[in-house]
Amino acid sequence: MSVSGIAWHTESVPVAGIALHVASAGTGPRVLVLPHDIGRPDRAPLEDALARTCSVLAPSHPGYDRSSRPDWMRSVRDVAVVYHWLLGERDLARDLTVVGLGFGGWIAAEMATMAPRAFKRLVLVGAMGIKPERGEIADQALLSYIDYVRRGFADQRAFDRLFGAEPATSQLEQWDLNREMTFRIAWKPYMYNPTLPHLLGGVTTPALIVWGRDDRIVPLECGERYQKALPRARLEIVEGAGHFVDMEQPDMLASLVTRFVAEA
Amino acid sequence: MHLMYFTEQPMSAYPEQEGRDFGATALMFSNRHFDPVAGSRLYNEYLEHYRLAEEVGFDGIMLNEHHNAPFCMQAKCNVFASILAATTRRVKLVLLGNPLPLADNPVRLAEELAMIDMVSRGRLVSGFVRGGGQEQLATGVNPAYNRERFEEAHALIVKAWTQPGPFRWEGTHYQHRVVNPWAVPLQTPHPRVWIPGVLSKETIIWAAKQRYPYIALSTEIEATKKIWELYDQVAKETGYAGGPEYRGYLQRCHVAETEEKALANARQFMWMQGEFTGLAHPVWSSPSGYFSPSYRTAFVEYAVGRRSNPRGAAFEDQIQNQQIVAGTPKTVIPKLRRLLEETRPSIVGFWAADGFVSSADTKTCIRLLGQEVLPALRDIGKELGLWSPFEANAPTSIQFAEPARPKETGR
Repeated sequence: MSVSGIAWHTESVPVAGIALHVASAGTGPRVLVLPHDIGRPDRAPLEDALARTCSVLAPSHPGYDRSSRPDWMRSVRDVAVVYHWLLGERDLARDLTVVGLGFGGWIAAEMATMAPRAFKRLVLVGAMGIKPERGEIADQALLSYIDYVRRGFADQRAFDRLFGAEPATSQLEQWDLNREMTFRIAWKPYMYNPTLPHLLGGVTTPALIVWGRDDRIVPLECGERYQKALPRARLEIVEGAGHFVDMEQPDMLASLVTRFVAEA
Repeated sequence: MHLMYFTEQPMSAYPEQEGRDFGATALMFSNRHFDPVAGSRLYNEYLEHYRLAEEVGFDGIMLNEHHNAPFCMQAKCNVFASILAATTRRVKLVLLGNPLPLADNPVRLAEELAMIDMVSRGRLVSGFVRGGGQEQLATGVNPAYNRERFEEAHALIVKAWTQPGPFRWEGTHYQHRVVNPWAVPLQTPHPRVWIPGVLSKETIIWAAKQRYPYIALSTEIEATKKIWELYDQVAKETGYAGGPEYRGYLQRCHVAETEEKALANARQFMWMQGEFTGLAHPVWSSPSGYFSPSYRTAFVEYAVGRRSNPRGAAFEDQIQNQQIVAGTPKTVIPKLRRLLEETRPSIVGFWAADGFVSSADTKTCIRLLGQEVLPALRDIGKELGLWSPFEANAPTSIQFAEPARPKETGR
């Protein structure tokens, strides 16, 4: 995770019996970035961009990428509790901005409902977690590893730049392992929690909802529902981006986040 | 020997071009192509074939189930087993089997199977399977816990069959306040359990540890030998000797009056294997978490089209290696002798026809098998000492040393 001259420090942090892989870099306001269900790419352009002006904490979800798999884990709320544990142990929650990308956005929203005043700012980007009323959240169980990830890009050239036009078998195996972990904790209902919309009303943390105009994985209406459910939220739509806004327009997203963090 | 009749119950009466155009005939291939008029005719033909199989001398009828696919229109093997329990008199009803992980209530399965055992007067052999990959999706069951659910449901069913209720079950995947089914099997200690499989080493090892016969599904002879090497090794470590009574094999075998006709009909075995319509969708057939981790590389490459189906092979190759046997009784008997000599199974299922083979040709095949092939195989079985679990009085399982018997005759 360093091509842009950012020096990333990585460590394995024991939490709830999990060897949690955590990368960190940069100085400035504290930002926790929770990645997508496909895991974090080796070159994570948003995290690199944020680390230029922020102190970025970038964990891999339990059972994803380089974090060990907790066989006992059964729900996205379990993941949220693990992150609260991590933050609590290091006293990092105060003045923290939590940025959740897609599936990570769902985890971030669950974390916020558990501690409605704990964070400084909440940023949800194309977040899963809420059931759409009209459309559907794309079911990765019916799509090949490559087709699913490509579906999240409005501009396929961005996919090619990050993963290569034909991703290596080792990348496919990592996507398969991550997908298996997603199934273990989010199989049914798939990619949403029916109780979440009812619990978001207590979250007083200012929230920025960001959605790619062409998100073909989580419909834009879910962004609108998040905006309605969260008392202090505004919705920002990114033109020309799909689900993976962070990989398609990392600098634009980083500047949205840093400006939001700097707001009084 | 225990010789069984089997059909996948193909639902071939749909517009083939639609399947070709869609590119897969499983899971998402629309059931608007399912014609219930043809379905009604076919179900009744299949019932007629089963009864004929009993009449001509088969020892057992093997049943299975699949979901959302024309290659098998039997969506619940317990339904056909129930019908056959009442309409046959002698044959064993061999279910290979109920897909345990698909069940959200294994106690209900235990009840249904107990009912079938009682109605059939103790003729049930209750095999269990994991279910195919796409069936996890068809039933909404989490593929990542497939094997855990299989093992836990099995333990719960055996307990429900063998220990008086009520008891409480607090498992990882199943929780039941009260287990007390008011239906228990006629056979004690419980109906025999056989485990079919084709690819996963984990299943072979599990079956051998339970001391359950393993039924190899149409594998080639060399691969079958490797299965028995592994099974026997685990049996030895578990404290018993493997052998014919633990070995079963499902043989695709079409017999007709002439070689030409037999070969032409045997080509229909490829109907299911995707030669015509592409049965398996590479993604849906292998959901993440379902397959053995040792095959991860093969399956992720298959899923994106970088390698061919690890399960598939061409018709000519399958004739050559005897995964498919076709001919007149006279020409198939020596081939089947080779199978028996080289792999020494005592349980053999005959998958007699598939695809578009007519009901008349299927019945001819069943008659020729019963009248000419089965008697020859019984002689070969005696000569080679291939005693079935029933003939050998083999233990029901590692847990229960006594052979399964209906209560009225066994005690």
